[in-house]
Amino acid sequence: MKFTKSWLSDHLKTSATLEQIEKTLNEIGLEVENIDKGGESFFKVAKILKASKHPNADKLKVCEVDTGKRVVQVVCGANNARDGLFTVFASPGAIIPKNQLKIKITNIRGIESNGMLCSESELNISEESSGIIELSKNKKIGESFFSSNNEPLIDISVTPNRSDCLGVYGIARDLSAKGLGSLKEIKKIDIKNKIKNPFKVTIEKNSGCSAFSYCYIEGVKNIESPKWLKDKILSVGLRPISAIVDITNYIMIDLNRPLHAYDADKISKKHVIVRLSKKNEKFNALDDKEYKLEEGNCLITDKDKILGLGGIIGGASTGVSEKSKNILIESALFEPSLTSKTSKKLGINSDASFRFARGVDKNMMVYGSQLAAKLIQEICGGKISNVLISGEKIFNPRKIIFNLSKFSKIIGIPITVKEAIDILKKLGFRINLKKETLNLEVPSWRPDIVEDIDVVEEIIRIKGYDKIKLIEPNQGTVKKDILSFGQKIQRSFLRSIANQGFFQTITYSFTDSKVDTIFKDENKNLYLKNPISSDQNYLRSSLFSNLFSHLRNNINRNFYNQKIFECGPVFSSNKPGDQSLILAGIQSGKLNEKSWIDKNKEVSFYDIKNYVFKALIENGFLEKDLLINQTEDTFYHPAKSCKLNYNSNNFLIASFGEFSPKILKDLDIKISPVFGFELFLNNIESILQKNKFKNKFQISNYQKVERDFSFIIDKETEVGNIIFELKKLNEDIIKKIRVFDVFDGENVEKNKKSVALNFEFQSNEKTLAEKEIDEISKKIINTLEGSFKATLRS
Amino acid sequence: MDEILSIRKDFDSKIENVSVLEKIDLIKSEFLGKKGKLTDLFKKIPNLQGEDRKNFALKLNKAKDHINSLIEKKLNELQGKEIQEKLSSERIDISLPGRPIEFGKIHPVTQVIDEVTAIFGEIGFSVAEGPDLETEFNNFTALNTPEHHPARDMHDTFYLTEDKNILLRTHTSPVQIRTMLSGKPPYQIIAPGRTYRCDSDQTHTPMFHQVEGLHIDKDINMGHLKGVLDYFIKKFFNVDKIKMRFRPSHFPFTEPSAEVDIGYEIKDGEIIIGEGNKWLEILGCGMVHPNVLRNCKVNPSLYQGYAFGMGIDRLAMLKYGINDLRSFFESDIRWLSHFGFNPLDIPASYRGFGK
Repeated sequence: MKFTKSWLSDHLKTSATLEQIEKTLNEIGLEVENIDKGGESFFKVAKILKASKHPNADKLKVCEVDTGKRVVQVVCGANNARDGLFTVFASPGAIIPKNQLKIKITNIRGIESNGMLCSESELNISEESSGIIELSKNKKIGESFFSSNNEPLIDISVTPNRSDCLGVYGIARDLSAKGLGSLKEIKKIDIKNKIKNPFKVTIEKNSGCSAFSYCYIEGVKNIESPKWLKDKILSVGLRPISAIVDITNYIMIDLNRPLHAYDADKISKKHVIVRLSKKNEKFNALDDKEYKLEEGNCLITDKDKILGLGGIIGGASTGVSEKSKNILIESALFEPSLTSKTSKKLGINSDASFRFARGVDKNMMVYGSQLAAKLIQEICGGKISNVLISGEKIFNPRKIIFNLSKFSKIIGIPITVKEAIDILKKLGFRINLKKETLNLEVPSWRPDIVEDIDVVEEIIRIKGYDKIKLIEPNQGTVKKDILSFGQKIQRSFLRSIANQGFFQTITYSFTDSKVDTIFKDENKNLYLKNPISSDQNYLRSSLFSNLFSHLRNNINRNFYNQKIFECGPVFSSNKPGDQSLILAGIQSGKLNEKSWIDKNKEVSFYDIKNYVFKALIENGFLEKDLLINQTEDTFYHPAKSCKLNYNSNNFLIASFGEFSPKILKDLDIKISPVFGFELFLNNIESILQKNKFKNKFQISNYQKVERDFSFIIDKETEVGNIIFELKKLNEDIIKKIRVFDVFDGENVEKNKKSVALNFEFQSNEKTLAEKEIDEISKKIINTLEGSFKATLRS
Repeated sequence: MDEILSIRKDFDSKIENVSVLEKIDLIKSEFLGKKGKLTDLFKKIPNLQGEDRKNFALKLNKAKDHINSLIEKKLNELQGKEIQEKLSSERIDISLPGRPIEFGKIHPVTQVIDEVTAIFGEIGFSVAEGPDLETEFNNFTALNTPEHHPARDMHDTFYLTEDKNILLRTHTSPVQIRTMLSGKPPYQIIAPGRTYRCDSDQTHTPMFHQVEGLHIDKDINMGHLKGVLDYFIKKFFNVDKIKMRFRPSHFPFTEPSAEVDIGYEIKDGEIIIGEGNKWLEILGCGMVHPNVLRNCKVNPSLYQGYAFGMGIDRLAMLKYGINDLRSFFESDIRWLSHFGFNPLDIPASYRGFGK
């Protein structure tokens, strides 16, 4: 909401400075977004420095535009946009006079556009719409295109509950309540020599319009607005159009009372019907666009045609022009939620719909049409009819019983009856005091105030939030663990993996469906209905999809050695809660940087295995419970990947391995191999929570003995199985088995491999005798030869 | 007698010329070995008598001591020299780098979540979580934001279903609803997590992080809210004093509502929190709206309290001088390495919360 100090003075008698006004506005919740002191206009003279073809659209150009203060990039569709052209630039925030659309920074086919270059027709200067305005080269770049009175423009952001402050009068009222001045009374309107209102308005049931007041003015001349009105309109960044249009805009901004003026001669049979739209009805609006309507929009119609979308935009067929002689002024009440729904659905965000969606002061309806008629008569001449109202005529105020103790209970400080009454009165409440209880009538312009808590807010808002007394928090009143078990597990794993040289990253929870489906089957339910772009159109079902895109970006910057991981949700359906927490990492490039000390080592499956095992064991798993199985994941190299199950095989804990070269090709990853792992933290959490793994701690006082065995087995035989079986031979004495050599090739028969194991024997009860060591060694050899068809080498 | 003297002289000149350790043993056996020159003379002692015998033995022993001490001395001298030579021959270039060091890093968002958790944990809050996908009810309706309420326009929402019933949560506030619906008051939680709005430009990313706070009990008022935020901001930014300003605002789920600004200034291109006369908005808060409590089956005439929400990414940017929000989610390994945290640097109150 934009206004100037002088406009404010129309309603507020004050000697406050601009700075005091700004400070007070902030204090009462009307946040000042900006004060434009330069009298800067949204429409400036600008020069196109360079106009080049849009890379993704044949008919568009990307222009570098010098706007005086800075050079901005603008996407433009005009044929005449070219290097060196002087034209008019509308900056973000500008409202285009023709269609009342607000300019925003947008992305047009992948290129950011920071404003718009305007045609004469868009600025309502002429009908010329074939290209952007061409100005002479002696214009000063950066200068306002429209002349303005250079008064500072105050821009406040009005929260959705404060529709009353979408009018300057409401702002003045709030400031006066805070003591910044006194509110001037609104002038009564006295119209003499009224003619009879020849129009009839019928409101159909449940049509989204609760009341419709209207006034007929006969014999006007819709001339240019007088200077005072043009200046007002210009001072808030709008463009004057004609007296009648300017008057309706003026009243809307002044009193938050949207109005619409019809060319009365174009309404057939002098009969207006307010009804709901039917499916597929078409409507040509004032913005020169045709809208195809759905069922249930509020329409202003006559017998033959649609005159306007109620509370949103007028129709082209009955709009006023300089030729209009007879005028019908509409001042109506449209249902907030239907207005909001319709304007969103059709994408029309007009000043009127914005106000109706938030709720207007019902008691201003009739006054608005009277004021408009009076001003039109003053400027354009004509005779004014009486105001007729269809629909609701009397609006009973909302009543609230307010107990003052509520205030201190919520705010923490007391308030006197006098102070509370004083504040509420200034805000327009009617008060009937009974002891500590106030019987309140809520002012008609505050539809947001419905119960006592809203009154508490009003009082403290005006009294000042700075008066709230700070209460120090208690320390150490923890009744519950700060973190749940699962939250602790998540944090430990994060830091455990990072501590093994991985960089934690965070990527979006959505991804490119084409990439995600490489890792998991497509799930139709995971598509976003309104994605920002096609490469972010799908809720991820694997963390690898985004990790790979980012890995590729780093590789393209020539960073090859990467260890990155993410811990976050993946989704399995569109049901809230159908998500699981995964920690996934990938590693590419060499194991270490180039160094004089070590050769560049290749990353191997066993490095990845170690990261996973270290994290799991650090966090409480026992190595013996981690069972290695074949993984079903097809994105891994089938022979160099696996999954880990916990003990009974029910729970999947992790999977890891080398990625299949095929998916690297599909993902356009130019280096290989790449390795990855996933830790399934939800499963890990439930296992660890149920089981407390503890290794018995017992120190043996007796000597340990080591023995080595080396043997030849079939290449296919898994050493892990051998160790698993051998350990079982005597768990009391075999303390450790280490694999210290594995090789095939030279001196080893084809399809065989040589393996060497180192055993650590130790008893907790005695020093092992040679005989006992021989015995266990024999058992080992028997198992090797018997169960694994091993041939002993030594 | 001269015999002893000449042996001594002979020994003296020989030991003098020894320069390698191995020779010492040879000389030692030449003079003191079984058939050594001095040993031979000892064999003559039994043949002598009286004073002569006594004198001869004395001189012989003196000569033996002399030889032994010189051998010892030479031995030390040569061994010392040998160690010296070994040391100087084993010199390495101590300026060469060691094996490449690997540093893993924790993302600033994770670090800040842990900091926030540690700070609020000390004053009775525990961490609650909710799903990223939410129902329209939990994200809006239960939070006193009915359909077509203009406040919904402030959240550009990602939808999963055509009927707009399932969405990516636009704030962490639905965790308030889940917390209250799943247990009895009092409640004292914070809820950090991912949030989503379909908005993407220099200062907005379609995903970002928030932390929600909720404290509901019988007598929790706005003074408590002020106290808790003052405490948090001081701890988080490591400052003793802050300037904090509560500004009236509007959120459908709180009443009264406030936006909180903190004072700052820019010194040498760096932002200093707590001083100066500029204001920076850092969070939104208020007393939980009775409608929200009603929607959660909590009786608003018995229970009341506050809620707040703030942007974690923004807190991280302010505290650690990070300019571009988008860079948080791009995994540029140079960025991760620079702005990331040592994994052992686990935020805890006893160590303070600075980098």
